[in-house]
Amino acid sequence: MARVEAITGNVAVAEAMRAVEPDVIGVYPITPQTIIVEAYAEYVAQGEVGTEFVAAESEHSAMSICVGAAAAGARTMTCTSSQGLALMWEELYIAAGLRLPIVMFDVNRSLSAPINIHCDHSDTMGARDSGWIQIFSENAQEAYDNFIQAVRIAEHPDVMLPVMVMMDGFVISHSIQRVELLDEDKVKKFVGEWKPDYPLLDADHPVTWGSFDGLGGFYFEYKKEQYDALQRAKDVSQEVAKEYAKLSGREYGLFEKYKMDDAEVAIVAAGSTAGTAKTVVDTYRQNGIKAGLIKIRLYRPFPAEEMVEALSGLKAAAVLDRSPGYDVLGGPIFQDIQSALYQSGTSVPLVNYIYGLGGRDVLVSHIEKAYEDILNVAKTGKVDKKVDYLGLKE
Amino acid sequence: MTKWNYKGIKAKDLPKGAVIPEGGTAADYETGGWRTKHPVLDKEKCINCLFCYAFCPDSSVIVENGKVVGFDLKHCKGCGICAFECPKDAINMEDE
Repeated sequence: MARVEAITGNVAVAEAMRAVEPDVIGVYPITPQTIIVEAYAEYVAQGEVGTEFVAAESEHSAMSICVGAAAAGARTMTCTSSQGLALMWEELYIAAGLRLPIVMFDVNRSLSAPINIHCDHSDTMGARDSGWIQIFSENAQEAYDNFIQAVRIAEHPDVMLPVMVMMDGFVISHSIQRVELLDEDKVKKFVGEWKPDYPLLDADHPVTWGSFDGLGGFYFEYKKEQYDALQRAKDVSQEVAKEYAKLSGREYGLFEKYKMDDAEVAIVAAGSTAGTAKTVVDTYRQNGIKAGLIKIRLYRPFPAEEMVEALSGLKAAAVLDRSPGYDVLGGPIFQDIQSALYQSGTSVPLVNYIYGLGGRDVLVSHIEKAYEDILNVAKTGKVDKKVDYLGLKE
Repeated sequence: MTKWNYKGIKAKDLPKGAVIPEGGTAADYETGGWRTKHPVLDKEKCINCLFCYAFCPDSSVIVENGKVVGFDLKHCKGCGICAFECPKDAINMEDE
């Protein structure tokens, strides 16, 4: 029987980890993720799990440990935040290039400077082209569900790539929510036994990992295959989601469409803000205004075609980015969506809002401001300011 | 296990993650082309102590019946460790 508990997002992730019970965890603590590793260290100390828990001296080492362990053939996990993810930078590319199905939880936190421990998505966005699969979660339940599904997506033979699952720091990681936890034996059955193709520790079949490819080698071809594998993760994520729905009763799409069927204007958002935006949509709907919401889930690979289909026909849309875009083109999600629309020849008046940086509170009034603006764009067909800010102090 | 034919391999058959799926393939990688100097043995001076054999990082000193008979120049990178370690100065590094 599934049990319902009132737990924080971090504990929900630790519970998902415990249910999967990976062979190796290589990790270094960092706020706001620390509670996950603390909780898991306790499970190890109490003998509840047989995981080899390797406490590293930095995130650079933590991800190196994960790369080594995964090459050895171990089911491997880690978690991090902010500067920790930034410090993992070079290993992220190695993990993806070696096609190692490492599963990592990134509790979203802003990047220094100035030092700030609170939520935004700039850490994840810095790794968006590292070759990792990235999945955003709105709340603790989704964090738990996505993390379990990530194991199956990562280890799928058509994919074989590392997966990063995210939730908002503090807003979700430290807030107590209602979470339905599955039976651990059912989770273990769902993820199955991990059988790697070329485990380094199989002494009867010696292999080499990470060899020099040379000037006349196949580097280019490996990168092309890596790209194809990442694209295949889109369909695989949906196969896994369907199977997970049978187990849990909760089904996840590439993204969530909230009241989009007859929507005339819509907001696209990732993370906990989507929850706030849903209440705003409900209020507009009560007043007869056809507002909708698209919540990003699978961010890499970006489901461009499906996103275009969901947006086409709208009179105006706003894309909310919880990370700064330092060029004139706007935030990363906005750039992805704008490119997808342009490539398909679909025209939807689009506005970008940068919001919530460094844990700035995201208020209903901020979301309303975005809807008011796009309702105006829908009326006039004119976009005054392509990239704007929500909740900036005067 | 079938021998992995990497020399004629097509891109579509590459193992995932650039893994080399068998052992002992370093022998096929001919590093002799890196050399600017090669070792020449003076058999008059050589006492067959096999220091050169023990120290060679590329297993390029050929020994038969306990005696140094020559060098594997397909793999010798010309580092000169053999000449440096030789207690009798029996190995001389000569230009290619």
